[in-house]
This record gives sequence, structure tokens and C-alpha cells, in this order.
Amino acid sequence: MTAKAESMSDTMDYEDVVANFDPVLGLEVHVELSTATKMFCGCPNAFGGEPNTHVCPTCLGLPGALPVVNGTGVESAIRIGLGLNCEIAPWCRFARKNYFYPDMPKNFQTSQYDEPIAVNGYLDVELGDGETIRVGIERAHMEEDTGKSSHVGGATGRIHGADYSLLDYNRAGVPLIEIVTKPITGTGRRAPEVARAYVTALRDLLRAMGVSDVRMDQGSLRCDANVSLAPKGSAEFGTRSETKNVNSLRSVERAVRYEMTRQAALLARGEKVVQETRHFQETDGTTSPGRPKETSEDYRYFPEPDLVPIAPSAAWIEQLRATLPELPWERRKRIQAEWNLTDEELRDLVNTGAADLVAATVDAGAPVDDARSWWVQYLTEQANSREAELAELPITPAQVARVIELVAEGTLTTKLGREVVQGVLAGEGDPDEVISARGLEVVSDDSALTAAIDEALAAQPDVVDKIRGGKVQAAGAIVGAVMKATKGQADAKRVRELILERCGVVG
Amino acid sequence: MTEPITLTAAELASRIHAGEVSSVAVTKAHLERIGEVDKEINAFLHVDTEGALATAERVDADIAAGNPPASPLAGVPLGLKDVLTTSGQPTTCGSRTLEGWIPPYDATVTRKLAEAGVVVLGKTNMDEFAMGSSTENSAYGPTANPWDTTRVPGGSSGGSAAALAAFEAAMSIGTDTGGSIRQPGAMTGTVGVKPTYGGVSRYGLVAFSSSLDQAGPCARTVLDAALLHEIIAGHDPLDSTSLAAPVPPVAAAARSGAEGDLRGVRVGVVSELAGGEHGDGYQAGVLRSFSSAVDRLRELGAEVMEVSCPYFRYALAAYYLIAPSECSSNLARFDAMRYGLRVGDDGSASAERVMSRSREEGFGAEVKRRIIVGTYALSAGYYDAYYGSAQQVRTLVTRDFNAAYEQVDVLVSPTAPTTAFPIGERVDDPMAMYRADLCTIPANLAGIPAMSVPSGLSDDDGLPVGLQIMAPALAEDSMYRVAAAYERARDEAAGSALTEHLPQL
Amino acid sequence: MSTISRDEVAHLARLARIDVTEAELDTFAGQLDVILDSMAKVSEVAGDDVPPMTHAADVTNVFREDVPRPGLSQQQALSGAPAAEDGRFKVPRILGEEQ
Ligand SMILES: [Mg+2]
Ligand SMILES: [Zn+2]
Repeated sequence: MTAKAESMSDTMDYEDVVANFDPVLGLEVHVELSTATKMFCGCPNAFGGEPNTHVCPTCLGLPGALPVVNGTGVESAIRIGLGLNCEIAPWCRFARKNYFYPDMPKNFQTSQYDEPIAVNGYLDVELGDGETIRVGIERAHMEEDTGKSSHVGGATGRIHGADYSLLDYNRAGVPLIEIVTKPITGTGRRAPEVARAYVTALRDLLRAMGVSDVRMDQGSLRCDANVSLAPKGSAEFGTRSETKNVNSLRSVERAVRYEMTRQAALLARGEKVVQETRHFQETDGTTSPGRPKETSEDYRYFPEPDLVPIAPSAAWIEQLRATLPELPWERRKRIQAEWNLTDEELRDLVNTGAADLVAATVDAGAPVDDARSWWVQYLTEQANSREAELAELPITPAQVARVIELVAEGTLTTKLGREVVQGVLAGEGDPDEVISARGLEVVSDDSALTAAIDEALAAQPDVVDKIRGGKVQAAGAIVGAVMKATKGQADAKRVRELILERCGVVG
Repeated sequence: MTEPITLTAAELASRIHAGEVSSVAVTKAHLERIGEVDKEINAFLHVDTEGALATAERVDADIAAGNPPASPLAGVPLGLKDVLTTSGQPTTCGSRTLEGWIPPYDATVTRKLAEAGVVVLGKTNMDEFAMGSSTENSAYGPTANPWDTTRVPGGSSGGSAAALAAFEAAMSIGTDTGGSIRQPGAMTGTVGVKPTYGGVSRYGLVAFSSSLDQAGPCARTVLDAALLHEIIAGHDPLDSTSLAAPVPPVAAAARSGAEGDLRGVRVGVVSELAGGEHGDGYQAGVLRSFSSAVDRLRELGAEVMEVSCPYFRYALAAYYLIAPSECSSNLARFDAMRYGLRVGDDGSASAERVMSRSREEGFGAEVKRRIIVGTYALSAGYYDAYYGSAQQVRTLVTRDFNAAYEQVDVLVSPTAPTTAFPIGERVDDPMAMYRADLCTIPANLAGIPAMSVPSGLSDDDGLPVGLQIMAPALAEDSMYRVAAAYERARDEAAGSALTEHLPQL
Repeated sequence: MSTISRDEVAHLARLARIDVTEAELDTFAGQLDVILDSMAKVSEVAGDDVPPMTHAADVTNVFREDVPRPGLSQQQALSGAPAAEDGRFKVPRILGEEQ
């Protein structure tokens, strides 16, 4: 049965779901580390690039090639574990997860199995109304990413019905940290919101630590959502489904909500929930079942014989703990005090996802109020018009701070500043590059202005008389003409001064 | 059969470096020999005439220019087991699935040989992916034993060993996972050494069983093996299991050993590997050759005692669970997607179907058998009973060694229970084939160094027998010392070098 | 402990992506029985107090600097490929799901 058909008939009204069932969530997040090289070889860890140009014998799985662990990858894993309040294993190992798939060069994934590097932590997650929920962290472990397959022919790039596939292994071997929550219970109707808030908090944490660029749109942060329902009040967990391909924060919320309504409908009809992998469709917000495997999964894990165990010393761990940055929630407490914001003001900042960005912009040298207004107003509009998260806008706090600086020093008008931001969002580079490329310099050179002003004055002698007669405000008409002539690139304040000078009036 | 091919690697090197003979001439002589006899022996899967001569010319030019030789073996011809990657030549691992595959990179061993000016004649035959004890599992036909061409040369490094006995190369490289260097050495009357695990880089060694594989030198004399050992050994940052320790001074040990004095050396005879009550399938002539070798060591002044290693009797079973388990994972990459044989890609068959077809046709029976055994031993519900228990046995075997080395400096045993067996005799009886590794497997499980040195010809069938000498980890020098002393005493007693008894080919 | 059936061999062969023939199923089933029976004795030897040994030397913390190393060119990478297109490895249509 197709996802569409399902979404039509086979779901229960959400209110009825939460009236009759308790949802249980389990979230599995895979995050790509932003190390310089891959996890087990010296190939560059870079997004994109010409296919199969960031590869070597090791990450191509060529016969005879061997892995060597990226020390920085291990440090990032430990720092993430510490940021999630986990215990760091004094001794752990890599294991081979054996299964055949063409995007995996060795046909086993080098991962961690029963000996992960970080276990048993938690992440405090703030919801929209300010309530905080503590999400338990089961484990965080190191593994490697797969290559990318593109499917040619058949149903336009979809895996099903394709004629053949093309493989690019540039991503194969990129360091991944898999972060798994403990079962999240007792969230009731707020389950979808909690799921989204958790992923958001995790993303903010990882960004603050600088271990990943956490771009869900680029797949550097990926979320699998496990959802099950239990009849209200029963302690027993129901059968869960695992929804993959959830590529945005909004999708996390939608996917959980949809699974709740779908499973409730099944259970209400006395049917069973199948334990399966499902795929989320951005288009209609439904999930559809993956292809059932004909052989039961048996990954035949065993300790990776090509790698030696990892035994982080207490000293090393403490050294890494010392490198942890101010964590997002701590920073929020600080900025609330420093900017003396009310709880509501802070929450608005947080809910628009602007708080950390504003803080980062302030750290980059911008005044608080300018930083706030740029992010909360103009940039939020931009994000909304793109249906993107504020943080997903392709502009950095540092770039925003630079624009604010340029406006403050008069090199740009606010209007031009916005045009520069547009350029940055369009991928034209840093603000200064956009300015020179688009020729957006404010005309501050007086001689260039006076020419335009004299023209305007000559064109409107009557206005000139008014001004000379003391009707200073009449200068506005001339200012307008000059701004028009200079395509808005003149500084209106300065133009006004010059006009008054020319008319022998001292402003 | 005449010089220069009959000379040892050390002799060839000194004459080449002294300018008495050119490396090109020596190389040509070996290439000619290969042309004459390899149809019969099938020791080489690929001969790189141009590459070999090019290297030889560089060495000669160097010497003519008065530069010091790149290494003590610069200019000497060698056979390289086809399981080590070579960017200039095919690397097939004796498997159909890799027929004609030319790797885009060199193994560390290959690189070190090149840097040492060693002349690589070509790639030697082997059991497919090093799985076998007879070289009959090669997709390119079995290698014949120069002592009796109706018999196997042992395996899996049978090509490397036979090439030496047939004077097609002065030295060669083999790999040893359960005895694949030592057992062919024994069966061809040559010297074969398995270094300490981690002593020689595995980078570019196509993996069979990662925790056991180790490349090592093969030669006709102990000194030649030692000189080659020092060229290929050493720490390699590309292999995480490579030991960051200095290479033991094995050449010096071989030279001092050749002085023939073993006083103060304590030698332990492993009861569990000496036939007798445990003598399942030991050939009488092999046991007699072994005990006379032990007498010889006594005569050289060694203090000989019997030591017991009770858990060795479980080593074979543990090995034949661990090795297949690791191989089932290591060989998963041969799936017809990125390289290797692809069968059944008719445009409609799925990747999964094509993988299964290609692996069915690309792999031989023994490889499939081991992949399936390993898949079973690792699967849920059986892991603890099989793989888990086997890893525990590994601990027990290692403890046996540690206890033994508190009493003695080296341990000795026959290298193999029998001499070379007839081609075809054991192909349908895996267990009989596996028992050929009975004496060699414990050293691989514990990761300690071990070598085989010829102990003469068996008095019941006139075929070569090997004496195995085992040492503690990174104590290769004590092993080489004993081997060199014994080698000299053996030839003095026989009045001739063993190789002089080789039949004409 | 092990009497390994034909079906079991077939299942294992599927897991290992090997298309065994009917004839192979018979021979392998027989041989695997013999092999696994003689290997089974390992489970009798060691008590729980004996730690498993996965590495010959007990070395830990072998790491690489996070510094790029030259790899392969696209042409080298694809040099052994049975089929290639647009700088990518060309493979038969993939069924099943990414893991
Ligand atoms: Mg994972
Ligand atoms: Zn790589």
C-alpha cells in the first residue's frame, strides 16, 4: 500500500491518540565530525567535490589496505560524550558490523558495538514554554559514514525501479558519532515537540563545541526516530517503528506525530504494529515502509582486528573537559543577564533559534541591539521565506557582525546592508566580496555628490528659493532627486548637509 | 645447473657489490631458469622481465658510479608472493576474482624491497587468498615440488618456496597465517621465517586473517633469510598493529650462530608436538629426523629439555575458527562492485544477485568453505561457543608459551607432521589438509616468531623435513642463532649442502 | 553441538552472498559438519575467567595526526572498476535499504 493511501485513511485523530496511548520515543542521531581528514585514512573530509577524488586504498576498501584511527576524531567523540554528561569508557574498541551494501566499500562498517566510548549521560532540553525535560543518553559511539549512491533511470532517481546505480566514495569513511537516547517516556501529547526540541538542543550543543557543522540539509546531522505506543497507563512498551530520512527539525516533529497517528489507527483496529524501518516523505509528511529484508539481519559483530583498543587516560579526559566551550544553555543564562532580557524576550530569542546566533554575533564585535534586530527581524524573515531554520541560513554570525560594522561606520546604508546580506545568502562570499562584486559602496566622495546636487538644484530653482527663504525642510525634494540620481548609494544625511551648504544655509 | 643461480643471496650480493658480476647478468640467469623450469614447477603467476631488468640496471649503475649499495641485498633477484600489492604488476592472490587486477598502490613490503634495490622477478603462486597447505587451491594451477614434481610444495606460500628449491630465485617473500611460510619451507628443504606479529607491516598484504597474518623471508640459507628479514621488517604508521620496536639484530645473530657454539642456550622440546603419545599422524621418518636434529643441538652445546604446552592440542581447532571468521569479513569486499570479477550483470539482475553470482564463480571451494564456516562461527547464538571460545584458547596457548619461555630460550618441534604429500591426495579431505598445520599454528595464535630450517631428508621417503624453532616475541635473534648453528652442523655432518641432493629438473 | 543442515548452509551462503550450487550444498553440509564437530572442543576448554585474546600484542591508543595525505586520482580509483560512468562506479540496480 502506498504512503498516500495510508495518509488518507489509516491515521487516528491526534487528540484521540493522546487520549488513549502513551508514546515512547527513541532518537538516534548520526553526526558527521568536521575533522580535516576521514576517520581511518588521510583523505580530506570535505562535503561534495568531484566524485571519487577524496579517496585512497583504505576508504575504497582496496585489498590489502588498512585503517589507522584519526586521533582528533577520538577527541571529538570524548568531548561530545562529556558535553552529554556521559561516562567515558576507560577502555573501548572498534568492531566490525558485517553486512553487504554497495555504498560500503569493505562490506562491513567499522563501528563500535558492546564497547562504546561514551555511555549513560543526559541532555536537558527546553521546550517552547520554558519547561525543561531531561533526555537520557544511552550511548555515543564512533563509526564511519558510507559512500553515496545515485540511482539512474526508472522512477527518476528513486532507488526503486532504477536501471542502475552510480557510486561516489568521497563520503566513505567520514567520521560519524552515533548518539542514542534512552527511551523517552511520559511526554504524552508533547512527544513530537520534545523530539524536535531534543534534536535542536543537540545541534546547538554540537555547534557550540565546534565538532560538526550540523547541517541537516547537507546530511551532516541525521536523525532516525523510533516511535512506539503503549495503551494509556500500561508499563509495557509497544512494538516500535524506526523512521529514517528525517532531514529537518520540522520533519522530526512531523514524522513522530505521523507515526503516532498511524500506529494508533492500527492498534485501534486490533492490528499489530510491524517492527520495521520506514521512510519519511517531506512532501506529504507521511512515512512508508522500507523493503522487508529476505534474510534476518545478523551483523556478526566482532572486534576489529586491524585496530588496537582505545584507552583514554583520566588526564587526557580532563584535558579535553577543559576545552569544552560555554554550553548553549549556560550562554543563554549569561546573555539574559548581560542584555537584561525578560524571560519572554529570551524565550522569543530561543524559539526563533536566534539566541545563540545573536550571542555569537555579539562575540564577533556587534552591539547587542543591532545583532538582535538583524537576526530577529530581517534574517528571520529571510529564513521564513525560505522555510528554513534561522541557523540553516548560509550566513555566519561573523558575517552579520561585519555588515553591522559597515553600516555603523557609514560605508553602507541599512538598505545596502540588507542587499549585502542578500549577496552573502546567495553564496557570493563575504560581505566585503559582495560589496566590491556588486559595487555597493556608499557614494561618500563629495565631489561626485556635488555634481548630482548641482544638477538637482538647477532643475528645481523654485525649491532652491524656498530653502534660501528658510524653508529648510523643502530640501527633502532635492535630497530625493539626488538619491534617485545616485541609485540610493549616497548617504542621505550628507547630501542634505551639502544642499544646505550650497544654498548658503547652515543646517 | 651452474652459477650464478646456485649461489646464495649473500654470495650474489657480495659479488655484485664488488663488481665481479652484474645484477643484470644475475637477473637474466634467473629469468632464463624460470623460462626453462617454470612450465613444470608453476612457481610464478607473473614474471616482470622489464621491471626486474630495470631495477638490476639501476643497481649496476649505482655500483659503477661508486655509490654504496642501497642495501646488503641490492641487485639480488627475489620472488614476491602474489598476496602483496604491486602497482606495477598484477596481484591476484591466486584467485580468479582478482585475475588481471593491477593495484593502484604498493604494499609497504613492496616499497621496502624497491628502496633496498632488491630485484623483484615476479609474483609467486599460492593457495587462493592464502587458504591452504599445498598450493593446490590456486586458481592458476598447483605448484609442483622440485624434490618430486608429483608432490605438493606445501602452502600457502608454495610458489615462493618452490622457486627457491628450483633455483628460479635466490630468495622470496611469503606470508604465514597458520604455517604458510614454515610448512612449505619444510616440504621444499628451504628456510622460512614467520616474524613476530607486528614485526613486518601488513599494509598491502591482502588480508586472510588479520590477527594472524604476517609476511616473512624465505631463502635457501639462514643468513639469506636474516638479511632479507632486516630489509622488510620495521615499524609502519600505516599498520596500526605494527610494533614500534627496533628490528632484532637477526643478521648478526645468524653470523654468530654459524660459529657453531650453542653453549648456554636452553632449548625446549614441546612434548605435545613431538609425536609419541600425541603422535596423531606424525610420519616416522619425520620424527627420526627431528630427534637427530635435537641430538645435533645437544652436540653444539645447547641444554635441551622437554617442556609441556598442554593447550597446544586445542590450537588447531581454535585456529580453524578464528581464521575463517576473520576471512568471512575480510573477503566480503570482493563483491564485483569496485574491482574484480563481475558475473551476471545483464542489466536486469540486481546488485545483490550479481554479487552472489560473482562470488560463486570468483572463489574456489576452500575459500567458500571457510567463508561459510566463519559466517557460522560469528553468527548470533554461536559466537560465544565458537569465536569467543577460540579467542580464549588463544589466551591459554599464549600462557603456555610464556610459561615455557621462563624455562628455555627457544622451543623446537617438527615443522610439519609429514613430508610433502602427493598432489590431489587431500583435496577432498579438509581435515586431513588442516592437520598439516598442526605444529605451526600455536606460534601464529600467540604472535611469536617461528622458523623452519631443513633437518635433512626423511629416511623413509627421501623427502625434506623441517625443524621448527620458536622464540619469544621480538627475540628473533635467538631463533636465528640456533638455526644458523644447526644449519652448519647439519651440512658438515652430511658432507654436503642439502640442495646438492635436489634432482635435476 | 553442530549438525548443520543443508538449509542452514543455504542460509549462511545467502548471508555471505555466495550462490552455492545444489551439489555444493551437499558437500559443504557434510564437510562443515566434520569441521565444526572437530572445532567444537574449544568450547570445553576455557572457563569464564579466561579473557579472550583478539590481538597478539596488547598495544593501545595508536592514532594518526588529523593531517591530509595524498590519496588516489579519480582515474586510479576507477582503474579496477568493472564499469564506470561520470567518474563514478557503475553497479547494477540496488534493491533493499541503506542501513
Ligand atoms: Mg550506526
Ligand atoms: Zn581514504
